[in-house]
Amino acid sequence: MNGFFADGAVHTALAVGFLVAVVSGPVGVITIARGQSFAGHSLSDIGTVGGSASYLLGTNVLLGFVSVNVVAAALMELAGSTRARSRDVATGIVLGAALGLAALFLHLETESSTTGATISVLFGSIFTLGSTTLPVVGGLAAVTAVLVAVLYRPLLFSSVHPELAAARGVRTGLVGAGYLVALATAVSLSAVTIGAVLSTALLIGPAATALRLTRHPGRAMLLAAAIGVAETWAGVVLAYASYYWPPAQRGWPVSFFVVTLTMAGYVGSLAVRD
Amino acid sequence: MFTALMTNTWLAASAVAVVAGVTGFFAVGRGSSFAAHALPNGAFAGAAGATLVGASTLLGVGVFSVAGALAIGALGRRGRHDVATALTVVVMLAAGSLFITLKTAYAPEVYALLFGQLFGVSSAAVTVTLILGGVSLIALALLYRPLLWSSAVPDVAATRSMRPAVTETAFLVVMALVTTMAVPVVGALLIFSLLVSPAAAARCLTDRPGVAVGLGTVFAVAIVWVAIAVSFVTALPVGFLVGSGGALLYAALYAATRLAGRAGASRRHYRRG
Repeated sequence: MNGFFADGAVHTALAVGFLVAVVSGPVGVITIARGQSFAGHSLSDIGTVGGSASYLLGTNVLLGFVSVNVVAAALMELAGSTRARSRDVATGIVLGAALGLAALFLHLETESSTTGATISVLFGSIFTLGSTTLPVVGGLAAVTAVLVAVLYRPLLFSSVHPELAAARGVRTGLVGAGYLVALATAVSLSAVTIGAVLSTALLIGPAATALRLTRHPGRAMLLAAAIGVAETWAGVVLAYASYYWPPAQRGWPVSFFVVTLTMAGYVGSLAVRD
Repeated sequence: MFTALMTNTWLAASAVAVVAGVTGFFAVGRGSSFAAHALPNGAFAGAAGATLVGASTLLGVGVFSVAGALAIGALGRRGRHDVATALTVVVMLAAGSLFITLKTAYAPEVYALLFGQLFGVSSAAVTVTLILGGVSLIALALLYRPLLWSSAVPDVAATRSMRPAVTETAFLVVMALVTTMAVPVVGALLIFSLLVSPAAAARCLTDRPGVAVGLGTVFAVAIVWVAIAVSFVTALPVGFLVGSGGALLYAALYAATRLAGRAGASRRHYRRG
């Protein structure tokens, strides 16, 4: 454990984990309030299309992720409606088509071994990030945070009472679109740095736990961010320690630890009576 | 295209399409698209675990998808359903990433299980697919009434002593069976697309349950057959053809019924005026 705080990769992992968790918590609270967990998870998968396309074209991966996700979010909004069930189907159709495209891009690129890229996009690794990613991640996190802060009131209003909000003059369509942009950026940010699996875990897990513990939306957002940071950092510490664990002496994946902690936190919060 | 080697591919894919078409009707009607995505996607982790301990892929996928279905059912009873599904799928995938890390050099098999490797299906795999498909269809026939009731009018279903939570878990277990039959032969992406888009397309055209089931099944089989034929000729991946074909079919029917509905509405308006 001595080398832990001296390790540059660990510094970057802790910093990126902090930024991603802080942004994912509040966005996650709104995502759960709107019943959009499926969309949140889908975007992390759909981002792989942008990821594999940018490998194919040789452009910036994060850029590919963000642009594909914003387009996909717009399509979901366009194809779906306010009714939860048809929105669910719209998300499913967009996700199916996007995964099909990912299969095509990977097929076109088999010569340069993108399977490794898919796996890394899917599972990510917080320890392999260069310190140059940090400013980009910080910038995108700031954009998302500002968007959520600006939209805070109308967004909560239109998430809880869509009809009432519309009657009171809130432009629900515009607010919804703004939210999806925030979701798309937050998810791209987390998926490209820490992987699609962790992205969903940090978006939904801490927020769901926080919403079991408090009903106040603002407090839930802060609590979700705090829980997310705690779970991510604990996961990083465990993953670092696991380097000496059997059977392979090669370190267990961070995502495994963070996800397990997230699930444990949620199950624990279910036991709390309200 | 129709050689002995390809017979297994046609058989397995058609069986998967028929079962997916029927199951998809309920999945779409109940708003279970997320579970339809989560179970096949998470189940690949079972395959990774199976190779780690030296068990069969089928057993791994089966154990993981049934465990996932039960977890979604149990957690969904206490909290929000989509939250339960999201957390279950990430736990399954994280377990998969652990298995992959513990066992080196796994990438090509992962690709096959996610995106499907339809050509070169063994006869034993076809037999298992057909048996599991038959079991799934029988289970759906037995669940038909409670499923319809609880999708259409949940409150009434509850008062008629059909417990919605039990029905839901039973349906999730059927989806786990469908996953187990499909993932080893066609991959997670393909079965997910087939569960959602044909049934959603059928629902654009009809409200009658029986007709929608039939139409959805016909769509699913047609999409798969066209995809295999095109893939055989052009060497494009089947997963791409099924995924985009299904989405295009849905988009076309959705747009067509929208336009027809608008035309019908304005006609009525004109008559009244």
